[in-house]
Amino acid sequence: MGQTKRLKDVEICFPIVYGTISFWLGKKASEYNSHKWTVYVRGATNEDLGVIVKRAIFQLHPSFNNPTRVVESPPFELSESGWGEFEIAITLFFHSDVCDKQLDLYHQLKLYPEEDNGPQSTKKPVVVETYDEIVFSDPSEAFFLRVQNHPAAIVPRIHAGLNLPAPGPQEFIPEKKRGDTKDHPLGQWFMNFSEADELLKLAAARQQVQAHIGKLRRQLSMIDGPPQSSKAPFGQ
Amino acid sequence: MDAKDILGLPKSFPVTQEKKSRPQKEPQRKPDGISREVYALTGGMAPLMPTVEVSHLKRRPAAGKEKITWQWLPFTSSARSDNLQLYHWVRVVNGVPPTGDYQFAKYNKSVEVLKYTDEEYEKHLTDPMWTKEETDQLFYMCEHYDLRFIIIADRFPTSRTIEELKSRYYYVSRALLIARAPSAADVANHPLVKDHYNMAHEVERKRALSAVLSRTKQQELRDAEILSEAKRIMESRMASKGTESVDLPDDQTNIEITEKGTRGDSPSPSSNMHPLSSAAPTAAIPEGSSTPASLRMLRLYLRTHALDQMVQAASSSAGPRTIKRVEQTLSDLGVHIKPKVPTKAVCAEHLELRKEILTLFNLQKQLQNKEAEVSATRDTSYAEPPGTPKRQYRGDIDRPFSPEAIGFGGERLGKRDHKRRPPGRFGDAPPSPPQSKRPRKLKASDG
Repeated sequence: MGQTKRLKDVEICFPIVYGTISFWLGKKASEYNSHKWTVYVRGATNEDLGVIVKRAIFQLHPSFNNPTRVVESPPFELSESGWGEFEIAITLFFHSDVCDKQLDLYHQLKLYPEEDNGPQSTKKPVVVETYDEIVFSDPSEAFFLRVQNHPAAIVPRIHAGLNLPAPGPQEFIPEKKRGDTKDHPLGQWFMNFSEADELLKLAAARQQVQAHIGKLRRQLSMIDGPPQSSKAPFGQ
Repeated sequence: MDAKDILGLPKSFPVTQEKKSRPQKEPQRKPDGISREVYALTGGMAPLMPTVEVSHLKRRPAAGKEKITWQWLPFTSSARSDNLQLYHWVRVVNGVPPTGDYQFAKYNKSVEVLKYTDEEYEKHLTDPMWTKEETDQLFYMCEHYDLRFIIIADRFPTSRTIEELKSRYYYVSRALLIARAPSAADVANHPLVKDHYNMAHEVERKRALSAVLSRTKQQELRDAEILSEAKRIMESRMASKGTESVDLPDDQTNIEITEKGTRGDSPSPSSNMHPLSSAAPTAAIPEGSSTPASLRMLRLYLRTHALDQMVQAASSSAGPRTIKRVEQTLSDLGVHIKPKVPTKAVCAEHLELRKEILTLFNLQKQLQNKEAEVSATRDTSYAEPPGTPKRQYRGDIDRPFSPEAIGFGGERLGKRDHKRRPPGRFGDAPPSPPQSKRPRKLKASDG
């Protein structure tokens, strides 16, 4: 089977976001139904995750009816109502060519806003999202070919040494689907995860630390007298 | 015929005998010195309070037999040479006044100051710093004031310090002893010969003492703080001997990473969520350190799990306290302890930052150790004037990055840190005043 041929040292990465959005019901709230919430797993750029995920299982609190909810097709989401916060376990199952293992995600459902975010309102939901990346290492050739041009995937440039059949034009037919979350009704509440901001912060922090390291090195060498070759090899 | 006959048992077991054979309770003997009633109360138990028999106590001295009077009587003292007649009250027993020398006369000690002849002086005792007249004067006064050098220094005609006077006196006495002894071995154990007077040491000792005694309370507090800090450093250095070896290889990678340019391939064709990703430098990850092999074997993992594992591996040599401090520093720098957008590049940068912070801590540790050494040698030699401030920049060392210094630190974080610590100094110009003191201080201890 060609499917079992694996690409060594190649990693395919799918940025995902999972979380919950919960609305307070306000006047309509009852003791056991104070909030309406939605738990979901989406592509970080709202692309369709159905390309890899076959099924998602949301494990709710045992006090719910049928607490194990299976979602067989994208978008992988589930809406419920309730009054309590609990941890939702999300298990993702992948298509057979992607991976035969499953992946567990855990999310703490949040219904009540933090105090400093103002009072509870029916207009503004409580949104908690987590960004993560699913990484498939040593993927099968078939999987690689199938997703290498998919917008949800981060696929490395393939090395010249690897001889792969050119992807056929039929590989990626954007059949009419509602798997992506680009026009999601809750889309306006989705959080923005900016890698660039994070990198900028990290770069600034590293610059400070490095400056401090340099200062300490100078102070050390001042105490030591003439700098020893082993102590300060970078001339900082 | 009864049952006993059938069983063939002897019949001779009269009931009365059993009653008699009951053991008689032997009453314990009452110890002496305890009254019967008290003993009955305790019932032979050990008493709670120790009781002492009166007969065991010391007998009161038979008073009344002696007749004691106090009388105002004249007395003589062998310590006096002027025959001055003094009186004092004396306890007289049975009308017989005490005889003998005045009881405090034995404390009238005088020092035997050696005398030298002119010949001896010429031969052994000449000193370019001292004339014979001065030496004579010194020895006269030594005898006159019983070696009370403070008084001697006070009365001495020429201006000499106590140490100079002492030094001269002991040098002369020592030289005389050695010169007069038949062999050096005879006087080798004489205290004056064995331990000769070290003037330089005495001067230094007094200077050091006065330095210690003239310190202010703040200086003392600061010293105690530094000492406990030094102790802590020594302990942590003992505990984590291995960390030093970890930090060295890091240095190479640090530099390498920061100098990496933008990588050619863009991370994702769909970059609407990475609005700046083409402009932001995407750090290339050194091949070996990208992902733990154990995770790759799984064929499927989450980026955050990989990061957790790599963070753990990178800080495996650090103790839980150090890891706490790293995280504190991260939040001081305005960086999330766990990245909010853990992409491959962010994770790599995050990991490098953590490693650099560990390197920083190691350097701080080294610096503190070095300073402890320097100040230890300084403390023993007391070469530094007591007023010199010690290590005002301590706060800097502990928390190099204060939230105020960082523009993009979260407000929540900043607020919390405000309460805990006064504003740090990192925002100052790099050579902030406390730091610039260092070279001067070092020079002071060198000189």
